[in-house]
Amino acid sequence: MSHHIVEAANIHYSYPDSTAALDGVSFRIGHGESVALVGENGAGKSTLLRHFTGCLFPSSGMLKIDGGVVEKKNLPAVRRAVGMVFQNPDDQLFMPTVFEDVAFGLLNMGVPAAELDGRVMAALQTVGAAHLRSRPPYRLSQGEKRAAAIAGVLAMAPDILVMDEPTSNLDPMSRRRLITLLKTFGHTKIIATHDLDFALETCERTIVIHKGRVTADGPTVEIFNDERLLTASSLEKPMSARAWPQNRLKTS
Amino acid sequence: MSELGASLVDIGYMDTLAAGSTPLHRLDPRAKLLTTALFIVAVVSFGKYEVSALLPFLLYPVYLAAEGRLPARYLFKKVLLVSPFAVMVGIFNPFFDGGVLLRVGHLGVSGGWVSFASILLRFLLTVSAALALLALTGINSICEGLLRLGAPRAFVVQLLFLNRYLFSLAAETENMTRARALRSAGKRGMRFGVFIQILGHLLLKTLDRAERVYRAMLARGFDGHIRVTRGYKIGRRELLFFFCWTALFALFRFVNLPVMLGQAVTGLLK
Repeated sequence: MSHHIVEAANIHYSYPDSTAALDGVSFRIGHGESVALVGENGAGKSTLLRHFTGCLFPSSGMLKIDGGVVEKKNLPAVRRAVGMVFQNPDDQLFMPTVFEDVAFGLLNMGVPAAELDGRVMAALQTVGAAHLRSRPPYRLSQGEKRAAAIAGVLAMAPDILVMDEPTSNLDPMSRRRLITLLKTFGHTKIIATHDLDFALETCERTIVIHKGRVTADGPTVEIFNDERLLTASSLEKPMSARAWPQNRLKTS
Repeated sequence: MSELGASLVDIGYMDTLAAGSTPLHRLDPRAKLLTTALFIVAVVSFGKYEVSALLPFLLYPVYLAAEGRLPARYLFKKVLLVSPFAVMVGIFNPFFDGGVLLRVGHLGVSGGWVSFASILLRFLLTVSAALALLALTGINSICEGLLRLGAPRAFVVQLLFLNRYLFSLAAETENMTRARALRSAGKRGMRFGVFIQILGHLLLKTLDRAERVYRAMLARGFDGHIRVTRGYKIGRRELLFFFCWTALFALFRFVNLPVMLGQAVTGLLK
């Protein structure tokens, strides 16, 4: 039985051109937690996300997922455990029809043909996109593309859902649908986002990253109420939190 | 939509066509691949002045398009799109090969013109057959079929990604040319220096994008195989398709039917 835990221990990473992107990142995300990963552009969020799917490996330090270290020989297991929704759905959708795209991951997992239809349609229904099944992805709207991309990942039944800027390019209604949808998921969720209102609604915990380091890690409400911390990390108090009294909650 | 964007959607239309459900669509891709390969070999194996013997081969692409309910106009337009290449190959033949080869009444037709016609006809045959194959099968199934026929994996994966990245390349190009046009103050054309800059930049951006696409595929367990939902089975229908066409191609290749037909008709008239 796996425990759907993500554990980072002092991860450092430098790109080949020696830009240091991660400078000692540590955290532990437990089973079923929803965690927002926030930070300014270039803070290291995307670099960190790439570690979760084993597209990058730490220069030093260790990343454990489901109890196993993320390294080359564990990649198939890691990629089965982690479902990654990319920032740009156009990078993710590439099969000729939505149905085939959602089926892509399942076929790679070796799901038998008899089960395929049911699992694909179940995933599409979850995101409210069953009617798109035979449409070519490049003809869909941004919101529909996002839904199809999420279905493609959900179909694989990952333990941990990782999303990169899931609300970018979404209209308010699609964004609202996504929030409602995410709230129904029992997965461990890690969501990198600049949409702090969205983070506030979907994640009870927030990790702030600034210049490759974790500068804060705690309940979302507390972190978003700490204006000094937010300013220092090039962030801004979310709109929906503006009405809060200053230091309504004690920050740690 | 810009011209480029429109033609991009047009390429994607091939995939939409491939999702059809006629018996030809359901045929195992290997049968279609091998038959089309044989067809192409038969067509290109004729001598350079051959025209009449090539005509019966038109049956194959016409059959594929008709049986597979493919839009003939669309396919023909795609053939025209690449035709400048064939024209370039043959256009100088009439100048270099002036010997009279054929007499129609008092009019002499030079060997150059005959070989040019032959090149165009072969081009029409092979390209339309290949396009029909693509529209009936889809690139993913073709690649899987190639793999099962024993084609080297490195080659097949290259082909797969060539198709996949074509879309990202076109999308990037469209964005960049539009961005340039909007800031070019109504000037048309592009300075050479700017063109070089854009080209270099385009390459880097496309590489970046290709990497993201590849990462997204890896994240969903891609291992060099594109698995398709359609089953693969060489059955009676596949064998029938393959052998009937092979027999016909052999007949067309070794017996010049139009000439025979012409002789028979003139024989009757005598």
